[in-house]
Amino acid sequence: MMTTFVAARVSPGRVGAVVGRNVGALRSGPAYWLVLLSGFFEPLLYLLSIGLGVGVLVGNLAVGGRTMAYATFVAPAMLAVSAMSGALSETTFNFFFKLKYMKTFEAVLATPVRPIEIAFGELIWAVVRGSLYTAIFLVIMVVLGLTSAGWALVAFPATVLIGLAFGAAGMAISTMMRGWQDFDLLTTGQFALFLFSGTFSPVRDYPVGLELLVQVTPLYHAVELVRALCLGVVESALLGHVAYLVVMAVAGLWFAARRMERKLCV
Amino acid sequence: MAEHPLIFARGLVKRFGDFTAVGGIDLDVAPGEAFGFLGPNGAGKSSTMRMIGCVSTPTAGELRILGMDPVRDGAQIRARLGVCPQLDNLDPDLTVRENLTTYARYFGLSRAESRRRADELLEFVQLADRAGGKVEPLSGGMKRRLTIARAMVNDPDIVLLDEPTTGLDPQARHLLWERLFRLKQRGVTLVLTTHYMDEAEQLCDRLVVMDGGRIVAQGSPRALIESYSTPEVLELRFSDGLDSGAGYAAKLDGVGERVDPLPDRVLVYVNNGDVALSEVHRRGLTPSSALVRRSTLEDVFLHLTGRTLVD
Repeated sequence: MMTTFVAARVSPGRVGAVVGRNVGALRSGPAYWLVLLSGFFEPLLYLLSIGLGVGVLVGNLAVGGRTMAYATFVAPAMLAVSAMSGALSETTFNFFFKLKYMKTFEAVLATPVRPIEIAFGELIWAVVRGSLYTAIFLVIMVVLGLTSAGWALVAFPATVLIGLAFGAAGMAISTMMRGWQDFDLLTTGQFALFLFSGTFSPVRDYPVGLELLVQVTPLYHAVELVRALCLGVVESALLGHVAYLVVMAVAGLWFAARRMERKLCV
Repeated sequence: MAEHPLIFARGLVKRFGDFTAVGGIDLDVAPGEAFGFLGPNGAGKSSTMRMIGCVSTPTAGELRILGMDPVRDGAQIRARLGVCPQLDNLDPDLTVRENLTTYARYFGLSRAESRRRADELLEFVQLADRAGGKVEPLSGGMKRRLTIARAMVNDPDIVLLDEPTTGLDPQARHLLWERLFRLKQRGVTLVLTTHYMDEAEQLCDRLVVMDGGRIVAQGSPRALIESYSTPEVLELRFSDGLDSGAGYAAKLDGVGERVDPLPDRVLVYVNNGDVALSEVHRRGLTPSSALVRRSTLEDVFLHLTGRTLVD
């Protein structure tokens, strides 16, 4: 798989040009900014309503020998969700629209730019968007006292990795989409991940079967990774989560580029 | 051909599953030439263009573009091509000018150079006054001109135009032809597909007629007309009892080299239209209207590819 990437001789200049197209589109009007803004507020509203609101009813939570406020438990999960949804909405809705309806990539592929370079450029843009969300979210967490400034800086690169993983996976899924109706499935799947990835209650409290199932899904690993970092816990188990997300990013990117080539270069 | 051909193909084949879109064609396109693919829908023109544009891999045969192999050197070849696709794929999220500057960046042009090229090309296609506007409100002709400007942004050696004037009104077509003619004068090699005979006659130095994935004839427009048609065509309409032209075909036998009965009229392929018309009158036939015209590529095209409607 890596050899495919090397063989493709990815040009940073051409990847940059693909990113540049999206920067140009930002200037197109307020519509895109509204989408950007709404994507940011969703996890924040959950943090405020459930983390802080329901948190008052729940009280403190004992997880892994540590006792913490419920909001402290929920906040890193919302951070991971924000990294996920920021990147995902870019590489699903926007990417699919460019792929299928705007024919943007067909025009691009008539130039020296290759499918893998489009995939890289689109993913980088998605991660920039997702990272914008997580950076602001981390600032809010520090202000609310839900993590320290130091650990927020450590957690930030982890959110970038989460963006890469979900962005790449989303792009891979988009290349398989037949039409908008498939997005309902995607949205449902995303919502299921959002609810059951150890976001609102510790996975250890789930029934055993469900716990094992959750441990296979991606958001669980993202949540566990940033939660540990936000709480200042560094342990070898985190490497497993990192590895999971790296594989997801590489596989997603490779698959998306290959599918694009099969679809558009026939 | 004295110069090394820019496009060279031998036995070029493109198959999609069981369907053969291009069934083994040979091509030689020389630098500076305006080369046309003429043919009905489904003849294999667009498939051939996509292979030349290095976005589609040939199934079999040999293909060299600018002396390079499209499979191995696709990116290097595309760097020197300009492509104007059949359906406009301009970017509606960008302004008219940004459509050009963004595209220039894909070819590795610097920002400053991209802006300079964009302004120059907007001038060339007469869209400078729309530079800051959106793409959506542009008319069909304007969009097509912008797409052609976009295809020129990398100063290409070859410009590929897939049905450049389909769907445009006559004014827009003529403006576009005039711009394309200027490109040709600058020495740009043009390769275009069309099913408009007048377009092929206007723009092409040489063309191939494709039908069912094969080349059925090739040459200059004039040479094709000379080989596959007669200098003049006599068009006759009859308003009396015989409702189809077929009824008159027998009566007109021998008037010209060939008689082509259509439902509403009869075409007689002749060397001299006026002489033929007096022969028609001499035989006692009284057409309600008679038109003598020069033979066109359309006559060649219909003769070669038949009158059956292909969709």
